Amino acid sequence: MRRIRVLLAKSGLDGHDRGVKVLMMGLRDEGMEVIYTGLRQTPEQIVATALEEDVDVLGLSSLSGGHNIFFPKMIDMLREKGMDNVLIIGGGIIPEEDVQFLKKKGVSTIFGPGTSIKKIADYIRNHVRR
Amino acid sequence: MDRLAEMEKEQKRWENTTLKKWMEKHPEREISSELPKQRLYTLQDIANLDYLRDLGFPGEYPYTRGLNPTGYRSRLWHIAESSGFGTPEDTNKRWKYLIDQGQDGVSLSCDLPTQLGYDPDDPLAEGQVGVVGGSCPSLKEVETMFDGIPMDKIRIRGSTCHPHIVLYSMIMTAAEKKGTPRDRLTMVVNSDVLNEYVSRHNYIFPPEGALRLTLDFMEYGMKHLQKTSYLLGTGYTVAEAGTTIVQAAAIMVATAFAYIERGLERGIPIDEIASRAGFNIHVGTSFFEEIAKFRALRRLWARLMKEKFGAKRETSLQFRFGPGTGGSLLTAQQPQNNIVRVSIAALAAILGGAHFLHTSSFDEAYSIPTEESASLAIRTQHVIAYETGVVDVIDPLGGSYYVEALTDQIENEILDYLKKIEARGGIIKAIESGWIQSEIAQSAYLKQRDIESGKQVVVGVNKFVSDEEPVFKIHRSDPNVAHDMRERVTKLKKERDNNAAKRCLAALERAATGRDNLVPFVLEAVRNYATMGEICGVLRGVFGEYRPPSC
Repeated sequence: MRRIRVLLAKSGLDGHDRGVKVLMMGLRDEGMEVIYTGLRQTPEQIVATALEEDVDVLGLSSLSGGHNIFFPKMIDMLREKGMDNVLIIGGGIIPEEDVQFLKKKGVSTIFGPGTSIKKIADYIRNHVRR
Repeated sequence: MDRLAEMEKEQKRWENTTLKKWMEKHPEREISSELPKQRLYTLQDIANLDYLRDLGFPGEYPYTRGLNPTGYRSRLWHIAESSGFGTPEDTNKRWKYLIDQGQDGVSLSCDLPTQLGYDPDDPLAEGQVGVVGGSCPSLKEVETMFDGIPMDKIRIRGSTCHPHIVLYSMIMTAAEKKGTPRDRLTMVVNSDVLNEYVSRHNYIFPPEGALRLTLDFMEYGMKHLQKTSYLLGTGYTVAEAGTTIVQAAAIMVATAFAYIERGLERGIPIDEIASRAGFNIHVGTSFFEEIAKFRALRRLWARLMKEKFGAKRETSLQFRFGPGTGGSLLTAQQPQNNIVRVSIAALAAILGGAHFLHTSSFDEAYSIPTEESASLAIRTQHVIAYETGVVDVIDPLGGSYYVEALTDQIENEILDYLKKIEARGGIIKAIESGWIQSEIAQSAYLKQRDIESGKQVVVGVNKFVSDEEPVFKIHRSDPNVAHDMRERVTKLKKERDNNAAKRCLAALERAATGRDNLVPFVLEAVRNYATMGEICGVLRGVFGEYRPPSC
């Protein structure tokens, strides 16, 4: 059975990647294949990588407030490319009121500060669509 | 029997009798700590301490006990809350509010587009204009930010790093237009361009270009800006990226060496560089370790400046630092616990002898501070300053067996880590090889594992948790700011003398390909209302853009 493939991405100008790097290492230890896009990726670049890497999960990190613009943009682009089955999760500094908006746009869930790697890994395993 | 031998004998007796009997009914828990610690420290642990050699008196080499002979008894530290958001009017209003609350300077947080050299109308700025800091694309915005604020009477700081040559040129020009000549400005410049590659990643240019700008500004400052100082190390951001206390301190010192060495290559005397140096550093809640770290850094810096670089001036040997309480310590769960965390970290900073202090607001795991939460952060410093009495005695923990032993231990560990960096060719090579980044990522991962295993308790997160959702007002960024700022840039470009702006940018480009000091060229460009994006665009064209090693 193939391992779950996760793409962790940061878009926009935000360079805080401690969380995303820790999560990358943690999910690898949990048996998943994890690719991290690196910083300052445009939505187009992230979606292209998701396609190319044939990922099951896209994890979006945002600590600088651009999430309401970037996350929906990426979701729309993924849909245009026919990647409807990709599980979309997010994390970072995202206020509660924005979480509902993002969920309506197609984000499955948002993990706030203090979430454990185990919780994220379990969520992925329980919700991944293939 | 001599005193130490008798102590040793008595301690062994205590361990084998009183302690042993007690522990039969009261076993000790497992101690989780970054640095190994003993149960007890005694005279034996400071047996090699020579007061005059290792501590000295406040205001004298090696400065372990403090840089000035009266500690905080003559003057307290500077309260320096980083702030800024939205339009320049928003930042100006918040600054006036904070000054009213007791802050004695301004510390400008710019938004990400500004920090990365993009104007609000750049496609890459979408969604980020005025969000994490104030939008500052031109001299006009800086003039507005400082409207009604006496620039000659306050300390001016900013965290903008790679394009600091542009930001500070705007500040100097704005000041001159208001009647304050640049040499009367007390500015603290974030010169530490190297740390951006390994911490929060607000880089623009590759190291050579970034270093050229940093050294040009420092060299200019040494001739023209008598009251300006330069933060040569940013232990804060690397600590936030996940380092240990020792790693952050060592990386910070190593980066300072890089700027010093570049300065010396330009023929700037060591005393000119070192006497204007300062450090932005992290302070967390590992209370005694933090206090000992500051003492260790003072002693280590004094010794290294003297022995490694031959510095002679008193001010060259003095480790001036301004901590910020760690943002990464703040939790989204039970956010009011953060008030306590910040208080403890702030107290450690003061017991460690900080010169300026930024205290985080309790709501920063949600958003940037509101007026209320920023005010509370200032009041935290006020309570320490006026109600605790800790400021009445210089280095009050000096002489504590534990704190002196810990100061020695941390100093030795920092020196060991510095050797590791040296063994990799110095900080620049260690960054280019990716070694520093992997060290930081590894430390961050181990910390996370300790939290998830429960070895490291985080109150409200992995212990004493509650389901209650916190209810409080958070700062919301104004979605109209981006449109407003884009219109301002459009208007600016219509109203300025575009020929003059173009000429200045062309002159800057020519100078950047040569070896002239770029500050006068940037000043001229700024005076003619060339924008941050335009100026950085020219510099990008010459120096290139940094590409990090792949993950």
